[in-house]
Amino acid sequence: MLKRKIGKIALGFAAALGASAALATVGEARDLTVVSWGGAYQDAQKKVYFEPFKKASGAPMNDESWDGGVGVLRAKVQGGAATWDVVQVESDELAVGCEEGLFEKLDYSRIGGEAAYIPPSVNPCGVGAILYDFVLGYDKDKLKEAPGGWADFFDTKKIPGKRALRQGPKTTLEIALMADGVAPKDVYKVLATDEGVDRAFRKLDTIKGDIVWWKAGAQPPQLLASGEVAMTSVYNGRIDTANKNEKKNFGMVWDGALFTLDSWVILKGSPNKDAAYKFLDFAGKAENQSKLSENIAYGTSNKDAAGRLAPAVLKDLPTAPDNIKNAVEINVGFWLENIDRLTERFNKWAAK
Amino acid sequence: MTNALLTGANASTEVPLKRRLRRAERTRQVKALALVAPLLVFLLFTFAGPIAGMLWRAVDDREVRQVLPQTIAALANWDGKDLPNEGAYAALASDILAARAAGTIAIAAKRLNYALNGFRTILTSTARNLKAVPEPGTAKETLAKINPAWRERATWTTIKDAGGPMTGFYLLAALDLTRNADGAIVAAPADQAIYRDIFVRTFLISLGVTALCLILGFPVAYLLATLPPGRSNLLMIFVLLPFWTSLLVRTCAWIVLLQSKGVVNDSLHWLGIIDEPLRLIYNRFGVCVAMTHVLLPFMILPLYSSMKAISPAYMRAAASLGAPPLTAFLRIYLPQTLPGIGAGSLLVFILALGYYITPALVGGAADQMISYFIALYTTETANWGLASALGAVLLLATLLLALVYGKLVQGQQVTGGMKN
Repeated sequence: MLKRKIGKIALGFAAALGASAALATVGEARDLTVVSWGGAYQDAQKKVYFEPFKKASGAPMNDESWDGGVGVLRAKVQGGAATWDVVQVESDELAVGCEEGLFEKLDYSRIGGEAAYIPPSVNPCGVGAILYDFVLGYDKDKLKEAPGGWADFFDTKKIPGKRALRQGPKTTLEIALMADGVAPKDVYKVLATDEGVDRAFRKLDTIKGDIVWWKAGAQPPQLLASGEVAMTSVYNGRIDTANKNEKKNFGMVWDGALFTLDSWVILKGSPNKDAAYKFLDFAGKAENQSKLSENIAYGTSNKDAAGRLAPAVLKDLPTAPDNIKNAVEINVGFWLENIDRLTERFNKWAAK
Repeated sequence: MTNALLTGANASTEVPLKRRLRRAERTRQVKALALVAPLLVFLLFTFAGPIAGMLWRAVDDREVRQVLPQTIAALANWDGKDLPNEGAYAALASDILAARAAGTIAIAAKRLNYALNGFRTILTSTARNLKAVPEPGTAKETLAKINPAWRERATWTTIKDAGGPMTGFYLLAALDLTRNADGAIVAAPADQAIYRDIFVRTFLISLGVTALCLILGFPVAYLLATLPPGRSNLLMIFVLLPFWTSLLVRTCAWIVLLQSKGVVNDSLHWLGIIDEPLRLIYNRFGVCVAMTHVLLPFMILPLYSSMKAISPAYMRAAASLGAPPLTAFLRIYLPQTLPGIGAGSLLVFILALGYYITPALVGGAADQMISYFIALYTTETANWGLASALGAVLLLATLLLALVYGKLVQGQQVTGGMKN
């Protein structure tokens, strides 16, 4: 009796295993899945890319969101059950993933040719999606006078109150050096020396007790709105969204901004490569990209996209000539080489 | 069946009782095992397997060996005293050319960069500038001309040390140790030695939260256990309601309460108690408050169940024998709640050790616990070796503590089901 029962259990177990294996194979014939950063940004993308693309192509697609991290992509690809096809990645994820072979090499002839895009957005493994800035953000209702730049950010006498910076060494050390008088174009030259790193930490020491560290992009607007901090480093798009949707009166200082690009990649071994290329081609067209900038204040990668915008929209974009004049591009190579060492150093400093 | 087990020519027909008993015992064991087999297999695949995989990653070191196989082979007999011979240089040159064609240079560069900062540049720039296989006998000068680092002994010892196939490098790093050029284990440079402090911080925060939960939870559990059922049920709902609310929601609620223009500071300000807002969040205080609130039900529930089992007659008997309330509590009531205290404390402590999102959101830069760093190295920098090593150290420390705890309360059923 018992033996027969055990047999049944074993049968059931085998059936369950078989079913899960069957499910896994069903999963391979899935719809195109595009992954982006969520929040207001992905809402804008839904409106100008995802929904119109579905209509235009007649093909189904899903969109998901993620929080970044090349480790996540590595696990997806090496795990052999990648459920994503097209992912929007940051510049360091693009570089490392490209080196590790996590992405398909892009055939630019299928997405309008390399000449259609601004040079920094062309990469063998990915194509630029947006260009955005870390800027100095503040609340105009609380600060009557706009801060002059990062030097004022570190001047607690001139502007009292707490400040917020992104936790970790990346962006923080660059900002500290610019506050200490280093010209934006020389930041990485100085940071590449031990003396430069010491100098950045010395500058941070001057306001150590007044810094609140944020970890997610949604936090800085919240910290400003609640009056927790007087100024913060923040993604420019978040300030714009808070002003548009929450009726805030936040301001930005473009001088000494740190800019970087996000890119679209196709994950290695994607079963939906054709659909993925069709999507990238659609999202790379100037007329579609300009609509994105109208919805959220990010610059885009197509050379002709900015020309289609009204001057009122353009002046708030990172790619506007006045705004990019004194901005510095976050140096991916530098951070790939030094992130571990400087993260340890940063945490040592924080715990002191 | 029975005869099959008998050996020897003149085997008796009578199997000894002892053996039959053992056989019956074994059959029972096999049946029991068969019943739990599905769960066992499931646990093996979903729990033990991944943990073993994580532990393995902490010592696995085959990346450099796969990318630079000839170099590793050539360095096998190198004593590490002077620079390696021409053969090693030639092997490296041919490895680099092959790796560049295969697009695997960055994998080795990344691993070597952990051990020697700047190695990524050395290797990638060499790969970029090395156009063809050097003429026999000229490999050394060709490489040294491209990058003077190839004239340094440390460059080569780094490659040799990373030759794998297994390494203690990550585990040492997780304990703030490193090997010097001669292979001796020494303390890591001061500005990189952070993990011991972070482990200590993690244990201290967990200990503090456990103590707070016990102090706050004990009276509540007592009330729950002694009130009449109607009111006790209402109170129980108050305990369980936060328990069913999302962790993230509760953490964010504390931000709203504690921030400088939050509910608490505004109320104190309005009452005239403070002029300047108190710093209640983005520091250790905020972390302890939020974590205690989140973990409190895990303390209250085991305490409640152990107190529910204590008959009120004991306290009445103690009182009738002349014990003052405090003595009765200390000598009669408290010892009977020890199993609950033990189970609750162990549960809260071990849960607190692995906390990630709460300290990340309400803590400052100096309040991040070890899980924050494990997550950072897993997802952001993809240094899986170090992430696994940190995880392994945390796992080991937790197991040791649970064992010590089990030994301390030997014989008492207080390990919350953990037998020693």
